[in-house]
Amino acid sequence: MIVKVLTRNFDKPDSHTLAVYEAGGGYRTLRKVLESWTPEQVVEEVKASNLRGRGGAGFPTAIKWGFVPKDSPKPKYICVNADEGEPGTFKDRHIMEQDPHLMVEGTILSAYAIGVQTAYIYIRGEFVLAGERTEAAIAEAYAKGYLGENILGSSYSLDIHVHYGAGSYICGEETALIESIEGKKGWPRVKPPFPAVEGLFGCPTVVNNVETLANVPLILDKGAAWFAGLGTEKSGGTKLFTISGHVNRPGLYELPMGTPLLEMIEEQAGGVTGGKKIKAVIPGGASCPVLAAHELDIKMDFNTLMAAGSMLGSGGVIVLAEGTSMLAALLNLERFFAHESCGQCTPCREGTRWIVQILERIERGEGTAGDPDTLIDIAEHMAGRTVCPLGEAAAGPVKSFVKKFRDEFLPGPGPDAGPSGTEHHPQVAGQDG
Amino acid sequence: MKEILKMAPAGFAEETLKKIDEIMARYPTRRAAALPVLYLAQREFGCVDDRALGAASRVLGISKVEVYGLATYYSMFETKPFGRNVIHLCDNLACSLLGAESLQHHLERKLEIRMGETTQDGRFTLKNAECLGACAQAPVMLVNDDVYEGLTEARIDEILAKYE
Repeated sequence: MIVKVLTRNFDKPDSHTLAVYEAGGGYRTLRKVLESWTPEQVVEEVKASNLRGRGGAGFPTAIKWGFVPKDSPKPKYICVNADEGEPGTFKDRHIMEQDPHLMVEGTILSAYAIGVQTAYIYIRGEFVLAGERTEAAIAEAYAKGYLGENILGSSYSLDIHVHYGAGSYICGEETALIESIEGKKGWPRVKPPFPAVEGLFGCPTVVNNVETLANVPLILDKGAAWFAGLGTEKSGGTKLFTISGHVNRPGLYELPMGTPLLEMIEEQAGGVTGGKKIKAVIPGGASCPVLAAHELDIKMDFNTLMAAGSMLGSGGVIVLAEGTSMLAALLNLERFFAHESCGQCTPCREGTRWIVQILERIERGEGTAGDPDTLIDIAEHMAGRTVCPLGEAAAGPVKSFVKKFRDEFLPGPGPDAGPSGTEHHPQVAGQDG
Repeated sequence: MKEILKMAPAGFAEETLKKIDEIMARYPTRRAAALPVLYLAQREFGCVDDRALGAASRVLGISKVEVYGLATYYSMFETKPFGRNVIHLCDNLACSLLGAESLQHHLERKLEIRMGETTQDGRFTLKNAECLGACAQAPVMLVNDDVYEGLTEARIDEILAKYE
């Protein structure tokens, strides 16, 4: 069942403009809140809504805000995490391209709740249109008095700046994002101290995902109870799912938290291409352990997927039809993680490369009987032994792919199918360009 | 005098320096402007070469080697000259499931270069991209600032013809 809450403006012509956003009730909530709500009331309402972070970790948003010390003499910051780079995920790009004002209003309301005077939106450098529309929306908001000094005549002031990333996946990790805004390499920080206490420029900082913040105006407009009612007991609201891979209607779908995975694939995404069977599904973006065909009768929410040994992650569902080589698919994922490892922690820097080398060896037909266990062993020595979750993210697919599809990682004749199910992976098969 | 001018380090154009001042006003430290300044440097000098590193180092107040560290860490900066048009072909899972690797072959054959190289005439540089966030329209590529979706070999041929 599709619910149009976050995406309610998406189909309107010029949905990215202020005029269309205002005609749909946009910035009405900001006016109401600045006139009659205290920041504490905003935090309480968001807490009661059961909003959980949409960047992947699913941490309760209002609790994250609550870690910011109230009595700090330092300035406070919000960083909007628009560094969407998790393979299979494209929800935040759609929000920025089709309804950037929703993100901007959500940012202003959240900044008001935390007592922030400066916000930075960290957008992936590759997202050209999303960046242009976000910058245009910010300019429109300044012109209308929704941003800047004394917003709508209140005593509250806020500036929002756009900061572009430059092609580093790990800058989506919140402390790497902070380092990157500070003009450094995206090396995640050791925590504690957590950003809420010591974040950007050494000051209390909240980093929130685009989709998370886009929910805030809706919560404050229609109420926490309404929002909580859209979701499950522990996680309020709808969720933007992006479905890709071997399906007939890949795309962005807004669905209630807890929608069954098979319903999503069959009803929204129109089933598997060519009427094939499903071989496996990655339920929440490249970092999430894969689900085998017998595990697909599952509800898509944070807790259910965690109990099943996977993650809801960013909601990026990648469907793999029968005939897909799991070896080639895992190699594809692990090449990504090896490339994006920042190099700071040895287990991740070396482990991701070892994994790629072993998988390439198996694909060349030179694997050994011990390779599956070696792969799992390396993965287990990465997970939990690194500063940031990238080690964990790279390990999860290895463990799940190898355990659930072990035969494909054993020596034998080289595979006859690449990720596309039709041909060799060029680099691995060593074919000439 | 001429010799001295030659030796004087290259700097940003006046107009760029004005832009940099505006950017720096957004942050409490100069260094925080590093990524925006590197984007400007790449545009002004064609790539982040030695002159660009020197110019960026001076305005940011950090050493050239630190700027070089940033330019080589972040994949959108190039320290060597590159083609007039840059093709970024996504090779992540969703695009690979739908045939990105055969498109890479096609591009390599057509342009007579390998991934990562620039054509002899300087018209195209071919690079892999990490997920461009357009998986519903896979396979996809970015040419300069434009995203192209639902690629086939024929469509790639049409697209490339548009770039001089």
